[in-house]
Amino acid sequence: MSSPFIQAPLGPPAPALAPAQAVTLHINGEDRTIQLAPWTSLLDALREYLDLTGTKKGCDHGQCGACTVLVDGKRINSCLALATVYQGKQITTIEGIGGEDNLSPLQQAFIDHDAFQCGYCTPGQICSAQGLINEGRAKTADEVRELMSGNLCRCGAYTNILSAVMEVLHDGQVVVDNGTLVTIPMQPTKAI
Amino acid sequence: MSQTIATPPTIRLDSDVIGRPVSRTDGAAKVSGAAKYAAEYNVPNLWHGYIVSSPIAKGKITKIDAAAVLAIPGVQQVFSHENVPSLAWFDRSYKDDIAPGGSPFRPLHNADVLFSMQPVALVVAETFELARYAASVLRIEYAVDEDFNTDLEKARAAGKGFDAPKGKPGFLPPPKPKGDADKAFKAAPHQVEAAYTHHTQHHNPMEMFASTVEWLGDGKKLKIYDKTQGAGNTQQYISKIFGLSKEEAWVISKYTGGAFGSGLRPQYQSFLAVLAALELAHSVRVSMTRQQMFSMGHRAHTIQDLKLAADDQGYLQALEHHAFAETSQFENETETVVNWSGILYKCANTKFSYELAKVDVNTPADMRAPGAATGSFAIECAIDELAYKAGVDPLEFRRLNYTYRDPTEDKPFSSKRLLDCYQEGATRFGWDQRTPEPRSMREGNMLVGWGMATGCWDAAMQKTAAKASLTAAGHLTVSSATNDIGTGTYTIMTQVAAQTLGLPMADVTAVLGDTTLPPAPVQGGSWTAASTGSAVQAACQELGKKLLKLAQKMADSPLKGIAFEDVQFVDGHLRANEDIDRSVAIADVLATSGEATVEAESGAEPNPVNMLKYSMHSHNAVFVEVKVDEDLGTVHVTRVVNAVAAGRVLNPKTARSQVLGGTVWGISMALMEETFLDNNLGRYMNHNYAEYHVPVNADIHKIDVILVEEEDDHLNPLGVKGIGEIGMLGVAAAVANAVYHATGKRVRDLPLTIDKLL
Amino acid sequence: MNSFTLTQAAAADEAVRDFAGHAGAAYLGGGTNLIDLMKENVARPTHLTSLGHLPLGDISSLPEGGLRLGALATNADTAWHPEVEKRYPLLSQTILAGATPQLRNMATDGGNLLQRTRCYYFSDLATPCNKREPGSGCAALHGQNRVCGVLGTSESCIATHPSDMCVALAALEAVVRVQGPDGERSIKFEDFHRLPGNTPQFDNTLKAGELVTAIDLPAQGYASNFTYLKLRDRSSYAFALVSVAVGLEMEGNTIKKARFALGGVAHKPWRDPAAEQLLEGQPASPDLFRQVAAKVFASAKGYEFNSFKIELGKRAIVRALKQATEMSQPLDSNAFLNSNP
Repeated sequence: MSSPFIQAPLGPPAPALAPAQAVTLHINGEDRTIQLAPWTSLLDALREYLDLTGTKKGCDHGQCGACTVLVDGKRINSCLALATVYQGKQITTIEGIGGEDNLSPLQQAFIDHDAFQCGYCTPGQICSAQGLINEGRAKTADEVRELMSGNLCRCGAYTNILSAVMEVLHDGQVVVDNGTLVTIPMQPTKAI
Repeated sequence: MSQTIATPPTIRLDSDVIGRPVSRTDGAAKVSGAAKYAAEYNVPNLWHGYIVSSPIAKGKITKIDAAAVLAIPGVQQVFSHENVPSLAWFDRSYKDDIAPGGSPFRPLHNADVLFSMQPVALVVAETFELARYAASVLRIEYAVDEDFNTDLEKARAAGKGFDAPKGKPGFLPPPKPKGDADKAFKAAPHQVEAAYTHHTQHHNPMEMFASTVEWLGDGKKLKIYDKTQGAGNTQQYISKIFGLSKEEAWVISKYTGGAFGSGLRPQYQSFLAVLAALELAHSVRVSMTRQQMFSMGHRAHTIQDLKLAADDQGYLQALEHHAFAETSQFENETETVVNWSGILYKCANTKFSYELAKVDVNTPADMRAPGAATGSFAIECAIDELAYKAGVDPLEFRRLNYTYRDPTEDKPFSSKRLLDCYQEGATRFGWDQRTPEPRSMREGNMLVGWGMATGCWDAAMQKTAAKASLTAAGHLTVSSATNDIGTGTYTIMTQVAAQTLGLPMADVTAVLGDTTLPPAPVQGGSWTAASTGSAVQAACQELGKKLLKLAQKMADSPLKGIAFEDVQFVDGHLRANEDIDRSVAIADVLATSGEATVEAESGAEPNPVNMLKYSMHSHNAVFVEVKVDEDLGTVHVTRVVNAVAAGRVLNPKTARSQVLGGTVWGISMALMEETFLDNNLGRYMNHNYAEYHVPVNADIHKIDVILVEEEDDHLNPLGVKGIGEIGMLGVAAAVANAVYHATGKRVRDLPLTIDKLL
Repeated sequence: MNSFTLTQAAAADEAVRDFAGHAGAAYLGGGTNLIDLMKENVARPTHLTSLGHLPLGDISSLPEGGLRLGALATNADTAWHPEVEKRYPLLSQTILAGATPQLRNMATDGGNLLQRTRCYYFSDLATPCNKREPGSGCAALHGQNRVCGVLGTSESCIATHPSDMCVALAALEAVVRVQGPDGERSIKFEDFHRLPGNTPQFDNTLKAGELVTAIDLPAQGYASNFTYLKLRDRSSYAFALVSVAVGLEMEGNTIKKARFALGGVAHKPWRDPAAEQLLEGQPASPDLFRQVAAKVFASAKGYEFNSFKIELGKRAIVRALKQATEMSQPLDSNAFLNSNP
């Protein structure tokens, strides 16, 4: 049995392509002006037009959190943001949080706790954790787990991500089950 | 290849870096976003390709109307089977290192559609957005062949099964039968006969598959930045198909954003990006979308039938394990599924089979702990069921049926500290506090369940080469064409090199993921630490020999006449084992020699004699606590202890992370992962990250990893077994067993979602 | 994704005019659903009227004791607004049970109402879907319908509305304020979303070009006895299989007033006023809750993979009512974090 199937666009195409226009984005403390059409996402603007490839594309649909950046201190999914409407906002990417030679406390904690493996979700996790700290809502481990749940990690580094975020959130201390703050040893694994 | 010298495993010095929980050497690059993945090389004048995927499962393309698309300013080309140039003809040119038997899928080869979401066209344009738009207006007509089947159960019912053929590298056919399993089963007082299933699962690494192909403007010379688990595998695949030399197909893969098996075989975006770059004489990037990631390989839907019987004491009398799995119409993907049951337990009467059936989906692929994750789920649940029937504690049952030899090959294990895994794991978990009766443990209104299971995986090694290069300034670079998919290869290469030549880690750089480096196989099968680690050690030892010769040429050298075996490399010095005052600084050796760099290349490969003599496996024991809200059917894994014996652990920090990750994968397999196939359309429907569920942070609670000390001189010079897969094994079964303990319900069909527990 | 032009409107009437002046226009709020669908080519607007500069982000008290949520207030700002936390903790908890912190920082309250279904077929152009392409058929009817509805479905469509927030707004009996080419009007929440019937392409009763400007909450916020129970395939970042929002007025053990709504089971947040009436004036008891649950699902129809939602829905109602009646003191807004069932 055979039947026809036509793969074609839903509805008419655009009458003409929308032209690129100058777009100025305030990123990591700097104004960057690029020529963009309205269809460019903030994520693609960063990665493809500004060579800020630290922000990752994991799904391009707001389903994984790898593209998390901070806008005016709040974490968002840059894949669902059109770059042009983010003009005038303070955008912070992983490159603005810290470079290889000047790591932020969160970045250092991620290394110390081995809070990543392949590293692809990591910039998003760190930007998200910074956003969580800025929000000031999460305190306990359960709260951090929930409020870090917008960032998938397929390598499964979640327990170490939790430790890293808790350490920075509580300045080297963590909340244990009875609600008190205690200092924990950095690396629970014994050397052999 | 030169003979490598085994490192004494028991001596630990303060200067030792092997075995220390050092942080990843690529950590700063990863946390700062500086680490570049395949789609992040923004080479000059880059065009973008967007893949068009088939909406139908089977049929023919009857018409491609590209004129309107080509008329869009900035669109460069639409590639399809209609305009692909003549490429390699024979199947063997399309066979990569990991290809199973059969006829590999060739992208854009002809008008045939073999599976839903098959790539049917590539639109290349000046920007990513334009290519995406242009792809959306491409009109393609198909003649749908409605005589397709994607349903494995239906294929099985129709008698379409056949014995899985050999053909795939590393595949072990089912073990031969022993004794009389039928008779023993019937005669035994306690029997379990049950079917276990899991459905299609997709790897879904965080990084989407992408290739950036830089056209170097010199004939056909390309620099291919590829998402892969093996730069060399991509290179040989691409060079055979497109008739390129190794110099022309230069493949780079410095960072890989997860892969879990999906990057073992070259994926079609590499082919498409290379095709476009060569045809257009231009640099091109092609990235898959997350949806398209569901058109690559997957863990095969598998149905397993188990028949187990035990006597009143709990000794196994009969063990049958039969697996029935899907493959594509064009290749016979095979996994080692049933053999693990035979390796894990002592039983006189065993019978195994492994059949495939062809359905109209893409060829399945190796996915973390391929075959073993599948097989271990079934056997470990069945063992739990049988332990209950025999009235024996599940842990005790496993101890009773413990085997000190591999029954499938009748040879000793090179090492097996599984009893220690049981002991240490049970103690840490508090297993002795468990009340055996199902539904007997509660916390508030939640049912509590404790379950356990076990697993094993091959301790494999592959032929691998490495190079070591020391500069006069004292910096050592070690290199190999291997990959680091998040496993920590950069870090252990650095550790092994630093240890072998007695240098601080800060003075060592590891380089990998580049086909101009000494050849290495794909990163997979948990063999990379053993293989690359041993190769790096061998290369550094060769370099050490050169340094000794140079040192012995120095005037009044204190090391004159001394053999290499009698020299140690510690704290930047060569010194005599017997008299450490006979010592020369490496820096002085280099300065005196006048050499700018000293280099050595060497490699490592499996020891064939030991492979014949020993069965080499890693083992683990997993203990899981679940809490179940019985009214609402929700399950939470609240605690896991995963005790692993995997030989020598080069880096407990990264090794622990591998086991944590494997545990999360096991929980995910148990509770969440399933790609829903619409058999009416022959199409995967939850093809996105919102509806294909993997755990989020809130799903994962306490996981305790125990790395059981295990020494093994028979494996490889480093005594390493590898740890990437073993951590996943047993976990799904332990979760299912814990759910049974909590609720009294046996769910034999993964994942254990709410609907199955109501 | 289609090509489109974009205008940043500065005021609601300007936005309405801009929209009317462009064929194929769509309003762009937070973009979390629209941009997603545009990338899938399910939505193919040729013009976007961006609302980001409209002064509709405030949350302010209403004279009769209610609260007005500006349509452009983000989900995060709403959930963590002191007045919402204090007076409408049900709403706060419900918003926080949906999506992720990142998405809640982008998504607007108005946009939340306008989310399209997450039925697998709707977003896949290779499949028939009457909601996406009227007349093409419903592949979910005999396909992978685990996430689909069991109440108020039709042969044309069995999709569900995906929002959590709207489930609470239904229970709270909010009022949606809209502005369009013909001026402003108010829509009772129960009349805002609709059932699919044979026109599933319409999710709601908005007229062409109408813009949601605010959501008004009545004074009664059920701050003492409420619950949002969400059942899903993972602990966070997943759409509801079944969810229940409950608000109760209690006097001792007697239920004076009851409002509840269900998510994940129908084309709209599902309310059953007759079932609510069964509760009113009665002492809280498991038997009563079971009776109410049975009533709600009396007309339910399950499909191949989603029949479990009927039993799950009943149990969820019983549990949610129990939780709401047994509440002795208001939960703090983070309580949901530890109460995942």
